[in-house]
Amino acid sequence: MMPADVADDRRAATSTQPRARIASSARRLGTLAGLLGLCLLLWILTPHFLTTSNLLNVLEQTAINAIIAVGMTFVIISGGIDLSVGSLVALAGVVLATLLHGGTPVLVAIAAAIAAGALFGSFNGMAITWGRLPPFIATLGMMSVARGCALLFTDGRPVSGFEGGFRAIATARIAGIPAPVFLTAAVYLIAQFVLTETRFGRYVYAIGGNEEATRLSGVSVRLHKTAVYAVSGATSALAAVLLTARLNSAQPIAGIMYELDAIAAVVIGGTSLMGGEGTLSGTLIGALIMGVLRNGLNLLGVSSFMQQVVIGLVIVGAVLIDTLLKARKS
Amino acid sequence: MRGISKRFPGVVALDDVTFELRRGEVHVLLGENGAGKSTLMKILSGASARDAGEISIDGRPVEVASPREAQALGIATIYQEFNLVPHLRAAENIFLGREPLRAPGVIDRRKLEGEGGRLLRSLGTGINPRAEVRTLGVAEQQMVEVAKALSLNARILIMDEPTSALTASEIEQLFAAIRRLTAEGVAVIYISHRMEELALIGHRATVLRDGRVVGTRTLPAPVPELVRMMADRDISEQYPPRTRRRGEELLRVEGVSRGSRLRDVSFTLHRGEILGVAGLLGAGRTELARVVAGADVPDSGRVVLDGRALRLRSPADAIRAGIGLVPEDRKGHGLVLKRSVAANLALPQLGKLARSGVVSRAGEQALASRWIRELRIKTPDARTAVVTLSGGNQQKVVLGKWLAAGADVLIVDEPTRGIDVGAKQEIYVLLDRLAAQGAGIIMISSELPEVLGMSDRILVMHQGRVQALVEAAQATQEGVLQAALGLAS
Repeated sequence: MMPADVADDRRAATSTQPRARIASSARRLGTLAGLLGLCLLLWILTPHFLTTSNLLNVLEQTAINAIIAVGMTFVIISGGIDLSVGSLVALAGVVLATLLHGGTPVLVAIAAAIAAGALFGSFNGMAITWGRLPPFIATLGMMSVARGCALLFTDGRPVSGFEGGFRAIATARIAGIPAPVFLTAAVYLIAQFVLTETRFGRYVYAIGGNEEATRLSGVSVRLHKTAVYAVSGATSALAAVLLTARLNSAQPIAGIMYELDAIAAVVIGGTSLMGGEGTLSGTLIGALIMGVLRNGLNLLGVSSFMQQVVIGLVIVGAVLIDTLLKARKS
Repeated sequence: MRGISKRFPGVVALDDVTFELRRGEVHVLLGENGAGKSTLMKILSGASARDAGEISIDGRPVEVASPREAQALGIATIYQEFNLVPHLRAAENIFLGREPLRAPGVIDRRKLEGEGGRLLRSLGTGINPRAEVRTLGVAEQQMVEVAKALSLNARILIMDEPTSALTASEIEQLFAAIRRLTAEGVAVIYISHRMEELALIGHRATVLRDGRVVGTRTLPAPVPELVRMMADRDISEQYPPRTRRRGEELLRVEGVSRGSRLRDVSFTLHRGEILGVAGLLGAGRTELARVVAGADVPDSGRVVLDGRALRLRSPADAIRAGIGLVPEDRKGHGLVLKRSVAANLALPQLGKLARSGVVSRAGEQALASRWIRELRIKTPDARTAVVTLSGGNQQKVVLGKWLAAGADVLIVDEPTRGIDVGAKQEIYVLLDRLAAQGAGIIMISSELPEVLGMSDRILVMHQGRVQALVEAAQATQEGVLQAALGLAS
């Protein structure tokens, strides 16, 4: 090998590479520090924040957004976006509720609702892959179609009142910890495994990083991309199960604006909207930041109008810090 | 530029470099990748800051702290990747950000197009200033870039590999434009890997190696001497000795057509053979590669491998059959740049590395270690993102993908483009070794010496057709070039 080339490589070896890796974990630590800083601030500002019951409450409130954000993380890493998750929450919820009212066993009804979410999600995927539509357009359409289906299905009325066994999904406590917290943890553990240890997960990163190179490597990009949107539909449906059990009611107008909360959690968590990189741990921290912020603003008695302003600024601020740091490095 | 130094952590990129540019000359900057050419040019164009040394223009010391300051000093740079807006017209691109106005905020379209047309004509091109840039060819787009530089009253023009995507006639056109500029006193710094161009366009050449100036020569200078200066060793044998032997027929392409780019193409490929594919840009070489690799579906014709007709509907079909493609566009089509060396090497074989969908980390690691070692890929470790590797090492990763997949037929499209001399050698040795192991290799290249030096037989394409198919031993550069131009068969 040429001396010049060796020098070139040594440069890569001694500086750029480990630094890039450290930077990416520093980014994640930074988000975590942001979460802890926020908690610290709220602890100082209000005595009600740092209590076991309030913290468990925050976790419980965060569960639904955190679960939707899992599917959204897959989608965004693959280089796409899913605007239909909120509407899919409503659709899966009314499917679930109607089945339960019809006497379907709880587990079967849940499975059917998740299947419905996955099915509608895969419609998104097919429109994007076979139909070559931009993800924004395809899922924008589905946002309206799924909402309309949920309204048609129920004639616009909520479906309410379920037996205690089903509601326990949201209301039960195990060792004092709300069941949704366990459910969320399980979803993250499984999703983390899928994303980092399976072939499918590798393909998600590869497709987001360079779709054409992935296709030329013999990967069926269409199939795996479709699967990504099916995952997003499925996690939306799972969130719908939790929401329906908590409210003891499924509403066709549920889940409005949920897509924005989910995208915010993913983006605050450091996943690039350009695709190809991102972590679920970041998304979880992002979802917790959103949850803690909402909770804290409530405790401080900030009006809901003002809350929207603050949350919007936090989302933009988090990404701004990120881009400024990146710009400084290069 | 005098005594320029630049350090990066762990390495000295430029060490006391002194570089002199005269009015009206074309000064070629030579050196392998990593020799410091780009760093030096970045400092001159204000994109990078120097650690020591000074820059003076017309004897006056100047500060070039930003690209804007460089512009004001009359220094313009044309990068390999153009900075043009595809959907804007040629004239609009030339004056982007400096549009002539007839009222506040209202563009004086007539003046814009008149001035743009005048600049384009002064370069000897007939480009319509109202043509959208995306409808122009690569060479024409380059002319728009040159015109843009002229509109800034550039006195110093830096051109980075300007001919890498041009055909022979387009290169001639570019050279004519450069000669017009130099006649008017513009000085051009010309970076190129193509040694055969130097004498045609350059007045002097400065060779950089390891961030130092090795020397400056007046052109024409003997190419072997310049190469020696760049590489610090005698490259008497540019191409490695052949260890391969041609075996039985492996692949047969019969009457393949696709649109207007491929017309009734037929040829055979044997085991242990390197089949060179020559032709001008747009002759259909890359299109041929994509069809055989399953990336595009042909309108008619068939591909027969080991006597069996293949049904190639997707790259996955081709890979299953044992056909691998090392694409021309390494970064755009060959690699997932943000991902690690290991992830890229494993990408086509995750099916084999996974059991019920779960990828074996140990298997992936073993695969990566093996090919990093065998191909001598210079990387800190397997987890390093490929984006940080040098061009030669990136290309080895792409090759490694297909070696690991055990491809029988390997299609390499411009395998050594933008790669330094040392890494080129390694890739040549590798291709020969693969063929010696029984693979058949289709090597597409725009570098005639490479095609002649590496191939066993040469397929010459012209306008989508096979113009000639000759034994390399009997071929000459002139003969191949004539066939590529469609002059003879």
